[in-house]
Amino acid sequence: MISPRRIAAVLKKELLQLRRDRMTFAMVIMIPLIQLMLFGYAINTNLRHVPVALVDQAETELSRTLAQIVQATQVVEFTEVFATPQEAEIAITEARVRAALIIPRDVDNRFARSPAIGLGLPNATDQTSSRPVAHWIVDGSDTMVASAIKSLRAMPLTEMMRLPPNRLVPTFEVTLYFNPEQRSAVNIVPGLVGVILTMTMILFTSAAIVRERERGNMEMLINTPVKSSEIMIGKIIPYIFAGLIQVAIILGLGHVLFDVPINGGLGALLVVTLLFIIASLSVGLVVSTLAKNQLQSMQMTVFILLPSILMSGFMFPFDGMPQPVQVIAQALPATHFMDMIRGVVLRDASLFEMREQILWMIGFTVFGLMAATLKFKKRLD
Amino acid sequence: MTDVVVSTRSLTRTFGEKTAVDNLDLEIQTGQIYGFLGPNGCGKTTTIRMLTGLLTPSSGEVTVLGKSMPQAAEPLKSQIGYMTQIFSYYRDLTVRENLKFAAEIYGIPARSVKGRIEELLHTYDLTTNVDQLCGSLSGGQRQKLSLAATVIHRPKLLFLDEPTSAVDPETRRTFWEQLFDLVDEGATMIVSTHFMDEAERCHKLAILQNGAKKADGSPRQLMDNLQADVVEIEGPELRTVKHQLDGKPKVLSTAQIGSRLRVLVDKSEPQPVEMLRALLNTFSDLTLTQQRPNLEDVFVSATREQKA
Ligand SMILES: Nc1ncnc2c1ncn2[C@@H]1O[C@H](COP(=O)(O)OP(=O)(O)O)[C@@H](O)[C@H]1O
Ligand SMILES: [Mg+2]
Repeated sequence: MISPRRIAAVLKKELLQLRRDRMTFAMVIMIPLIQLMLFGYAINTNLRHVPVALVDQAETELSRTLAQIVQATQVVEFTEVFATPQEAEIAITEARVRAALIIPRDVDNRFARSPAIGLGLPNATDQTSSRPVAHWIVDGSDTMVASAIKSLRAMPLTEMMRLPPNRLVPTFEVTLYFNPEQRSAVNIVPGLVGVILTMTMILFTSAAIVRERERGNMEMLINTPVKSSEIMIGKIIPYIFAGLIQVAIILGLGHVLFDVPINGGLGALLVVTLLFIIASLSVGLVVSTLAKNQLQSMQMTVFILLPSILMSGFMFPFDGMPQPVQVIAQALPATHFMDMIRGVVLRDASLFEMREQILWMIGFTVFGLMAATLKFKKRLD
Repeated sequence: MTDVVVSTRSLTRTFGEKTAVDNLDLEIQTGQIYGFLGPNGCGKTTTIRMLTGLLTPSSGEVTVLGKSMPQAAEPLKSQIGYMTQIFSYYRDLTVRENLKFAAEIYGIPARSVKGRIEELLHTYDLTTNVDQLCGSLSGGQRQKLSLAATVIHRPKLLFLDEPTSAVDPETRRTFWEQLFDLVDEGATMIVSTHFMDEAERCHKLAILQNGAKKADGSPRQLMDNLQADVVEIEGPELRTVKHQLDGKPKVLSTAQIGSRLRVLVDKSEPQPVEMLRALLNTFSDLTLTQQRPNLEDVFVSATREQKA
């Protein structure tokens, strides 16, 4: 009963309008480009060159060497030097520096007893002699900065004595698969595909239908023999291609600029992204049946977009979320997509290995399309 | 030739507290142009939307082309054409693209699409605007495009909602000639308007006020059956004359038209001119003449009864 000719007519009309709508056209290209630059360059969870202050109360050769090797880690950079810890505290409060390293007067003495130099001396057992070599005071309000400096806590000092590295055996041996250099772009770029598709696909489809209502075209359209399903199919096909173009931009540029590997097969990648695009488009269709104007459809898009960014595992690991949040996150297609695209791109996961997620995504789409078609009435009341 | 194409019984539609269409009984015969005449907000659009199946009536019955609405709305879509009050084709498509879209949506056979579009462009004088975006057309050109697209599938029944509200009198004339051509080809039309001259061209019309039908019939019948006499007064100080007459018994209405005052006097008064002369004996130099009623008189008299 569905007429391919009428679908083609709607599709053709949509393409003509899209071609003349420079703004939407530019958004298809610019949103992924800008977001990729923002997330790839600006958002970096591997902190480098945090500005800190140095308070060297010892002023010995050893204290100067200590400051040098701390700076050599590149985690921090000494931008200010103070004579007293009080001055350093003021600088932290005024946010001129994020932390201060305070090297006490008796640093030589402490150093000689420190296990960090790895001399293999018996560890000090009493309070006085087991004190750390120096002291950091840190602006702890930014947890990311704080943990970067905390990571310096157990820094080995063997280098200072020009001795072989610490022979202490760590408790665990850790082997990093898939992202051995621990670059955040490798994790962020594939996830960005999910965020951008969520945003643009829902917004474009819902706006495409709501716009007809807003401009008065809908009254004409529902007076023709065209079926609701034909309108919907004709309207979403152009955006499927728009979505694929965006995926190509993000992963292609991510590969070139940030060296994000694409380990999986292109076939699996295509299947996974197509599924997510169609799932997002069906959300857009549902939104379009609820929204009265483009502003409302924008608001509803943001309403879905925010949890898709925050709860899908894009920014914060899914496993760390409390149980109720995990339940909500599971209902978002973006959560499943994050898993799948990272799986394909970074771990070369096969479609078979992701079958549960794939089935879930298909189910979600069918449900969304049915809801939208049933809700979309060729009526004005 | 007297088949009924549209009939309604006690058709009513409310929006919350407000009754937009109130117990409307209509019977529209094939081959006619049937007019809905009434001011803004009297329920013309709402009625047309119920007749096309876009709105569900709150109560009452609608039969269109022998089928019950809104249940039969879908199968009837290809036999009905509806030109909306506000331009509803795509402003960011050209004239030809819009017509092509309409042709494909209405399932015009692929091989005849081109010919049909050429024919319509010609009939509706759009040949010089084919590749112009509709957003940049003038009001009159937009109406022509709307009509062309609305009749592209040769509908038996056409609904035109205030089709000439935004066009100049010249365009309106040609537009109506085209409507009569369509009737000649066998179409039936329902046209809503708030213009008297436009209503006068209809075969039959219904005068609507606050959603209710106040009178119906052919314009001639309506004028002949007018329950009032029309007297025109000429002379100086017409504004004072008007204030003198307003509110007097049997004076239904007064309205100044240029240098004359048009007065409607209730039919129950056997000597309307004499009665007015008596009321105006303090004025000098007034000429009073009885006139044939026009449609505006009918409209005024039909819609004032509500207030009385
Ligand atoms: N969707 C609606 N919701 C609420 N009131 C409406 C709606 N549509 C029309 N109305 C009201 O119904 C009345 C008739 O409107 P309408 O049919 O558009 O009049 P007309 O076309 O004769 O100008 C108006 O008072 C209008 O405000
Ligand atoms: Mg109206």
